Amino acid sequence: MSALFELREVSFDYDGVGALRGLSLDISLGERLVLLGANGSGKSTLLRLLDALCFPSKGLISFDGNALTSDRLQDDNFALPFRRRVALVFQNPDVQLFNPTVFDEVAFGPLQLQWPKEQLLSRVNETMEWMGIAHLRDRPPYRLSGGEKKRVALASVVVLDPDVLLLDEPTATLDPRSQSQVIDLIQEWKGSEKTVITATHQLEIVEDIADRIVVLEAGLMRANGTVADILYDHELLLRANLVHAHRHTHGSVTHSHPHLHSHSKHEH
Amino acid sequence: MSRGFLESTTVGFARALTRTMLSEQTARERGLLQALDPRVRVVGLFALVLAVTLSRRIGVVAALFATAVLIALLSRVSLLTLAKRVWLIVLGFTGVIALPALFTTPGRTVTAVVGLAITEQGLRTASLLILRVETAVTFTTLLILCTPWVQVLKALRALRLPKEVVMMLAMTYRYVFLLVETAAQMFESRRSRTVGVLKASEQRHLAGSTAGVLLSKSVALSNDVYSAMQSRGFRGDVQILSDFRMTSWDYIGLLAFLLVGGLAVWMGR
Repeated sequence: MSALFELREVSFDYDGVGALRGLSLDISLGERLVLLGANGSGKSTLLRLLDALCFPSKGLISFDGNALTSDRLQDDNFALPFRRRVALVFQNPDVQLFNPTVFDEVAFGPLQLQWPKEQLLSRVNETMEWMGIAHLRDRPPYRLSGGEKKRVALASVVVLDPDVLLLDEPTATLDPRSQSQVIDLIQEWKGSEKTVITATHQLEIVEDIADRIVVLEAGLMRANGTVADILYDHELLLRANLVHAHRHTHGSVTHSHPHLHSHSKHEH
Repeated sequence: MSRGFLESTTVGFARALTRTMLSEQTARERGLLQALDPRVRVVGLFALVLAVTLSRRIGVVAALFATAVLIALLSRVSLLTLAKRVWLIVLGFTGVIALPALFTTPGRTVTAVVGLAITEQGLRTASLLILRVETAVTFTTLLILCTPWVQVLKALRALRLPKEVVMMLAMTYRYVFLLVETAAQMFESRRSRTVGVLKASEQRHLAGSTAGVLLSKSVALSNDVYSAMQSRGFRGDVQILSDFRMTSWDYIGLLAFLLVGGLAVWMGR
């Protein structure tokens, strides 16, 4: 697989505070990558860099062979196809749902990319049906439940049929049923040419959505490997603050061990 | 701990906004205004508001008020709602402004209150002012009650209001709910951690810091929202979908609004 994103020695600072430090990484077309890390590890910053919403303080990110720079993103000939091909779902749906109705929300992206009206309407309706939100069409987003908001946020980017889907904590704060619905949608959306990059700290969803995992800790890449390599390395997970020492008692014996809840198994 | 002025105001504002959301129920009723194209509603009711402000005869303004009541009934808007949310409030506010006119306008004395003469002309001026405001606000409220805010915005856009202004109004409406809710939650959270009665200076200090935090939150939110817009292809020029279609009934409705408005202006000269 050829590299779609290439990151070389990428660093990013927020007002002098390092959020990412010297990150080098290749992400291939069609790959399902999970960025795993505790709060403040730099996952969301990396997603924003990949979506060219901000640019590295040091180092270089390229997409499909083109360096992502502020100047290049000023050029409509590059920016508009890039925005269609790469889509980001924000962690907080209230950030993403800024339109007065669900229909307007889903139609916003195609409208900005100036799709013909007929194509726009049919694609928006089709996406709302597929995501199970057609009945919410005229509802204002602020009156939706958390799960509904998340589905509308997903629909608002999936409508563009992007090649790369960037998801920031897609299941955080959702109840189990909504969480499962969102995971099903992510799985249904995948195709051989679709790349899904998910930032999360929820170990229980990783197996369902990842081929490869990158572990981040305090802005540094701590590990890069397969799901089996990473999820069974308890020391690494403990160090990265992704599991905690679980203390409990069996009869008169008290002991502690790393606590890992995986989706398919509950390990002790 | 009792609620301070700021907290009560915020909670009251949050309740008012909730009522605004609930009022969208009226917009879904099957009534006269609801059946018309939103552009016709905006233009038609604006024409009537203009007619109210241009009419100088109290009889003509009263006729326009009667028209507003008739439109409300045909649009299934509760008169009790109008009385509570518009007429009484407007009467209170405008009454205060109109009161001095009763005594200061020169003319024939009708009666006297605590030694101050009320003139016929003063009575007429005050009545005209109150009736004008009541009628204009009733027409505006009817538009708001019978048209979802989204459609008002789209109608304004279709009527060539700059799309940047329309977008700004839409986003203000969208995020004011979120910020007011956040402010109310901040006050609740503070109350849950406060024991006893705070001094006035401490309350002012807390209110100031709460306002500061809310401002920081709103700035961070606006930056994030802008990023979310950029991410979906926003390039500084908003594209809005307009999907209105005028029917013959809409043209008849528009004509009726303009005729009534025009007639009122001509008769009220």
